[in-house]
Amino acid sequence: MPDDRPEDMEHDEEDIGRLLGLMPPAPGGWVAAAAELPRARRALADVESRFADEPARAEATARLEQALADAGVVPTPELVRAVRRHLAG
Amino acid sequence: MTWRELSDAQLVARCRAGDEAAWASLVERFSRYVHAIAAGAYRLSPSDAEDVFQEAFARTYEHLDRLRDDAAVRPWLGQTTRRLCVDRLRAARPSGPLDDGERSSGAVDERLEQIEQAVVVRDALKRLSDDCQEILDRFFARDESYRAIGEALSIPAGTIASRISRCLRRLRDQLEGRSDAG
Repeated sequence: MPDDRPEDMEHDEEDIGRLLGLMPPAPGGWVAAAAELPRARRALADVESRFADEPARAEATARLEQALADAGVVPTPELVRAVRRHLAG
Repeated sequence: MTWRELSDAQLVARCRAGDEAAWASLVERFSRYVHAIAAGAYRLSPSDAEDVFQEAFARTYEHLDRLRDDAAVRPWLGQTTRRLCVDRLRAARPSGPLDDGERSSGAVDERLEQIEQAVVVRDALKRLSDDCQEILDRFFARDESYRAIGEALSIPAGTIASRISRCLRRLRDQLEGRSDAG
């Protein structure tokens, strides 16, 4: 917590404040990418069905944004990131 | 009914039915918890913590149809995240012990226990007014100064300390079952 805490803070309230501090927001990009998961799975299935053979799939993976656009999906940074993560995993 | 008002079980049921907005809400609801375990309790690097974070939610998504108890999604997510963290640490040190000071099992267990207490506090926080939730979260969890809070909420910086104290008392009363609202 910042140093300028209220002077009349009681000890148990100080503990409560400390516990609140243990759960800061997760980075926004992480949350956005995880939220894109259903769309990423759908886009991935579509890309895979369009590029069934290995060379075409490798090329699609290398040009992921274009491949997603070709599949009719808006390639937002979060979606590209999520699909790339699944392809890598 | 807003997403916030849905129980964990209701949210899981909507996710299982294919509601993508419900999934986004579930991620938002548990994002702090998963982040706290990976980055706070296990002290993973930001890169490793992000990988664990994404994998934990990916496994949850895949597991939605097989959850024994929809209401138990948080413990399930917590256990999955802890396992992923341990796997990540073992992969980084395949032959060495994981116990190295701040990552000793005792230290990690203690931090995990604190996070579970923090979950209880955050649940109580949700029962306070939006103003109290906002000001306490900004000050304690987001580490914002009085000045930043004052500017963000358009309130005089000189009144922030007293507002924090008042909201903290209400939160303490909530935790002790002495209040219905904040």
